[in-house]
Amino acid sequence: MMEEIKLMKGNEAVAEAAIRCGCDGYFGYPITPQSEILETLMALEPWKTTGMVVLQAESETASINMVYGGAGCGKKVMTSSSSPGISLMQEGLSYIAGAELPCVVVNVTRGGPGLGTIQPSQADYFQTVKGGGHGDYKLITLAPASVQEMADHTVLAFDLAFKYRNPVMVLSDGIIGQMMEKVQLPPYQPRLTDEQVREQCPWATTGKHGRKQQNVITSLELRSEEMEKINNRLQEKYNQVEQNEVRFEEYFCDDAEYLITAFGSCARICQKTIEILRSEGIKAGLLRPITLYPFPTEAIAKFAKQVKGILSVELNAGQMVEDVRLAVNGVTPVEFYGRQGGMTPTPDEVVKALKSKLIK
Amino acid sequence: MTLEEIIKPENQIYGKTPLLTETPMHYCPGCSHGVVHKLIAEVIEEMNIADKTVGIAPVGCAVFAYNYIDIDWQEAAHGRAPALATAVKRLNPENCVFTYQGDGDLAAIGTAETIHACNRGENIAIFFINNGIYGMTGGQMAPTTLEGMKTATCPNGRDVSMEGYPLKISEMLALLDGTCYVTRQAVHTAASTVRAKKAIRKALENSMASKGTSIVEVVSTCNSGWKMTPHQANKWMVENMFPAYPLGDIKDR
Ligand SMILES: Cc1ncc(C[n+]2csc(CCOP(=O)(O)OP(=O)(O)O)c2C)c(N)n1
Ligand code: SF4
Repeated sequence: MMEEIKLMKGNEAVAEAAIRCGCDGYFGYPITPQSEILETLMALEPWKTTGMVVLQAESETASINMVYGGAGCGKKVMTSSSSPGISLMQEGLSYIAGAELPCVVVNVTRGGPGLGTIQPSQADYFQTVKGGGHGDYKLITLAPASVQEMADHTVLAFDLAFKYRNPVMVLSDGIIGQMMEKVQLPPYQPRLTDEQVREQCPWATTGKHGRKQQNVITSLELRSEEMEKINNRLQEKYNQVEQNEVRFEEYFCDDAEYLITAFGSCARICQKTIEILRSEGIKAGLLRPITLYPFPTEAIAKFAKQVKGILSVELNAGQMVEDVRLAVNGVTPVEFYGRQGGMTPTPDEVVKALKSKLIK
Repeated sequence: MTLEEIIKPENQIYGKTPLLTETPMHYCPGCSHGVVHKLIAEVIEEMNIADKTVGIAPVGCAVFAYNYIDIDWQEAAHGRAPALATAVKRLNPENCVFTYQGDGDLAAIGTAETIHACNRGENIAIFFINNGIYGMTGGQMAPTTLEGMKTATCPNGRDVSMEGYPLKISEMLALLDGTCYVTRQAVHTAASTVRAKKAIRKALENSMASKGTSIVEVVSTCNSGWKMTPHQANKWMVENMFPAYPLGDIKDR
């Protein structure tokens, strides 16, 4: 079976794509609005076809630490959760980043803080791209805006995770996770054999198998001068990521006089806003960051010189807008419009916001 | 025969297993950790499984276990070793997988991971060093601290009306259907060390035979944390720890 087109939920697309891209193991714990990922995997029974391990853990803390263990073996492993569960995974994420292990974490976010709401929100932006766990580390972050991208980003996330030996988060939300769309599923990739894993991940703890040196997965280094070297090496890696992996999409940006920045589901809403503004003769464009880390700073800086103002639209109290402002560096006005707690703006609402904040 | 003639490599009947590295151990003199490391290394060597064994190290005094036994290791976050071991064993079932954990690690912060890995019957061995105290962080109270025992965080002795009772975690784990072998041992005498070694071997054999989870608790001393000489600590352990944590097999099926 090669490529296949199906109608499915974003969450289901993640599960299907994971199996197809040769994922070795999924470890997760139910939470709305992403439980369909685990449910779909359990229903598809990939252990019978590809040999993929699927396990419902006792908690998110256990899930992410299972991911750590599996990633340390050089396996393609992943977990998924939603906001409160991701908070519990922060300890593990810091350790995984510190030990430089590849893994994929899908966050289908909901409104917070606390138990909050099960409706969509983008209020985990700071937690994802600015830290969350302890220490100086970065999560490569992909922000899908469609069910198709839920599938595509799952595959891409594994590629990036192994390229940089770094955790990669697919930062989605309850809209993208729950909505149904047409999706072209990726072609099947076989799982790596144990020999291939040992060859491609010579650092993995697979048992020495004749290797002279032991392999140790750790983030511990008590000597400060050595720990600083490790930190510097991590920062060099992040520099490489920033140079090579920035991804974004432009929508009617070429001649834009006003720019909207929005990611994920919010960007889908803002596409319609751009159409409305254009039909009224207002030259507006949309810049959608696909990678939230690394952030498309240069692209936004370039547009800052071209446009009369920028509006960052988000499902939160104003988080990505801080990165937009850093990129713009005062060259043009940057305004914010957001809804919170699971509310989403209508395209017309954003039209009004842009006019009142930037055109007046 | 002269002494020189007797002390020759070919006459040696017991020596350090090559699996123990030359790295000097950082453990306090008299600490049980070093002895248990030695036993684990010897068993792995004797079973000829060094090439397929993966150890999971804890946070605690044994945090550097990987420096001493020359196999592949992963260093877990505090208490999470059983979760790591779960994935390592499930993804590479032909590996022999064990965790090495202290009582703070296994019975406090990692209680959930421990109970659930055991309840799932993960085919791993858990080596559990119970010295009744948090060694590494300076001798604070652990769930296993005895009633009346003085620690840095219960300087007047553990008051069960305030801090609860010593946690008999091995007895709890033995109740779970996923565990196949739960035993409590010690390494304070030559005879007890021989018995502990047999238990360690059985646990690793169970991991290889996929029989379920094996737990080898080793009632241990922490002479630094207990503020005693090694000799005093052994004596105190026999008199105080053994009545609360009696040695012997709790479950073997
Ligand atoms: C999340 C977290 N909390 C606390 C600590 C601090 N800490 C390090 S070792 C330790 C106790 C270890 O005690 P135990 O597991 O009994 O092992 P021992 O040192 O006695 O061998 C603690 C609390 C930590 N490293 N991580
Ligand atoms: S502090 Fe206690 S447990 Fe740690 S090495 Fe010293 S004696 Fe052993």
